[in-house]
Amino acid sequence: MANDNADQRHDTISRQQVEDFLFAEADLLDNWRLDEWLGLFDQQRGGYIMPTTDLPDGDPSSALYLIADDMPKLRSRVEQLLGGLTWAENPRSRTRHMVSNVRIAGREGEALLVKANFVVFRMRFQNIDPYVGEYHYKLIPGNGGFTILERRVVLDLEALRPHGKVSFIV
Amino acid sequence: MPDGSQAARLIIDDREDGIFRVHRSVFIDPHILDRERAAVFDKSWLFAGHVSELPKPGDFVTRRVGGRPVIIAHGDDGAVRILMNTCRHRGNLVCREHKGRGAEMFRCFYHGWIYNIRGELKGVPGEEAYSDAFDRDALGLEPAPRMHIHRGCIFVSFDPEIESFESYMQDALAVLDNTLDLGDMEFVQGQFKYAMRANWKLLVENSMDGYHAAYTHERFFSQWMPSEGIGNGYRPPPPSPPPNADGTNARWGTSPLGNGHVTTLYPSTESRPPVFQPYLDKYAAEALKKSHEALVSRHGPARARMIEGGAGNYLIFPNLMIIDGWRVFRTFYPTSPDYMEIDGWACLPRGEPAELRKARLDWYLAFQGPGGFATPDDVEALEGCQMGFATHREVEWSDISRGMKGNRSGGPSELQMRVFWREWQARMTTGRHAEYTGD
Repeated sequence: MANDNADQRHDTISRQQVEDFLFAEADLLDNWRLDEWLGLFDQQRGGYIMPTTDLPDGDPSSALYLIADDMPKLRSRVEQLLGGLTWAENPRSRTRHMVSNVRIAGREGEALLVKANFVVFRMRFQNIDPYVGEYHYKLIPGNGGFTILERRVVLDLEALRPHGKVSFIV
Repeated sequence: MPDGSQAARLIIDDREDGIFRVHRSVFIDPHILDRERAAVFDKSWLFAGHVSELPKPGDFVTRRVGGRPVIIAHGDDGAVRILMNTCRHRGNLVCREHKGRGAEMFRCFYHGWIYNIRGELKGVPGEEAYSDAFDRDALGLEPAPRMHIHRGCIFVSFDPEIESFESYMQDALAVLDNTLDLGDMEFVQGQFKYAMRANWKLLVENSMDGYHAAYTHERFFSQWMPSEGIGNGYRPPPPSPPPNADGTNARWGTSPLGNGHVTTLYPSTESRPPVFQPYLDKYAAEALKKSHEALVSRHGPARARMIEGGAGNYLIFPNLMIIDGWRVFRTFYPTSPDYMEIDGWACLPRGEPAELRKARLDWYLAFQGPGGFATPDDVEALEGCQMGFATHREVEWSDISRGMKGNRSGGPSELQMRVFWREWQARMTTGRHAEYTGD
């Protein structure tokens, strides 16, 4: 799809279209359809990143992050999660992604900037662990849907306690 | 609280027949934890942080060290202090931020007492209501009983009578220096703060366990590394030769360093190539080469190789783990027998080219931390152990005898864990260091 009418495309995008996309994404994650989820990303430039709990605005090229996946790393992450050797997710967690307060926050070049609140519950070994925070997406509209350029997961948690891991896709 | 004789029965250590067992009650008994607090954590030099976390006067961080809330503050006089984070009046936390820059004072909101950045009490609302015996000068924030800064690394002890830092560290000081010689070291911004539903001593064992890597971390070696084209499956590290007769300074391999400290790869010009080499070569070969040349010109080729090769995974007793292959500093404290809070940092050279800093961080993240391709599986394993310990009345002992006897071609030893346990037992029973921690 050509980029010269990107502005027009942005202007006609409704919050509901974005919500539908995010809800469908959450459904893929909760059902562990991770190969399909991976297909939502821009296959060259996509990224999945999660700052540390004490530095939500850090730069992953110079500061420590919890997750800073480019596409090769993200593909490997999914392959590992589905491969049976990721003991932290074998047996798999049950998860439930609650996505709300979706806002179209602006645009950056061809990308639509979207923010949304989340609570993700992870259930495993009798524990129920909540992960709370805000998604920051860069979405490229096209073909009636979106491609994820960047999926930044900013946790509100002061520390990854008591659960100690982000082994699944938050 | 168990007395020393009780703790003495919790480890079976038979060097002659090669038997080493740890009674599983040490992982679940709250009385053991009480004694550990008194005999181990309160009688040790503990790692508190790094001066690069508070580079300028007025900078501070707060955290819990050894169970105490402390403020690590960079004073307007240039001095770094560790102050007990409790108001001298009635006890409230005086500073309730995780960190800050350019602070001039700490004000307790409860009754408005004001301390300066050095901890001196400077303001007491309605001070005239106190008697002449009220001594404001004596009511500054209490400094930690002992503090020592070694090349930027801040250590604290809550034992006013503890031996000197250098005496406590024994041969571990040279190993730590080897890590710090890589460059002008700093703690990278961004810190891992996580936890484990497991006993803290399990993480001591796990953090320097060569045996588990091929199994627990198979996905890292057989999936991620090949995806990067930098590995073809996992090859177990060569077996660790035993230490010399005096228990120290093996040419390479696991070496007790005295006082319970231990390294799994003594810095040596003969040690195997550093684990990170292929990855950094792939993404920052030119910058890495320059870094190597700078090291050679500073220290000579032999020392440069020791510094780059690192010391494997090593323990500064009781709970500072340094993982040289990734430049990890990690501490962890129990809040109950089955739960610990963990802090993790990346300690990297300042001023390196951007691509080398990024490659080091990417390498770090690939393995380490709550979102890495390895650490979550360690958490999983240790939490599984802790769950398993509910059977401790039926299954009383864990076996940590690997490598005491037997054929060394069988792979990594568990000597490093025995070193820890021998010191732990000595502290718990006699309150003194173990005389000898090697096999």
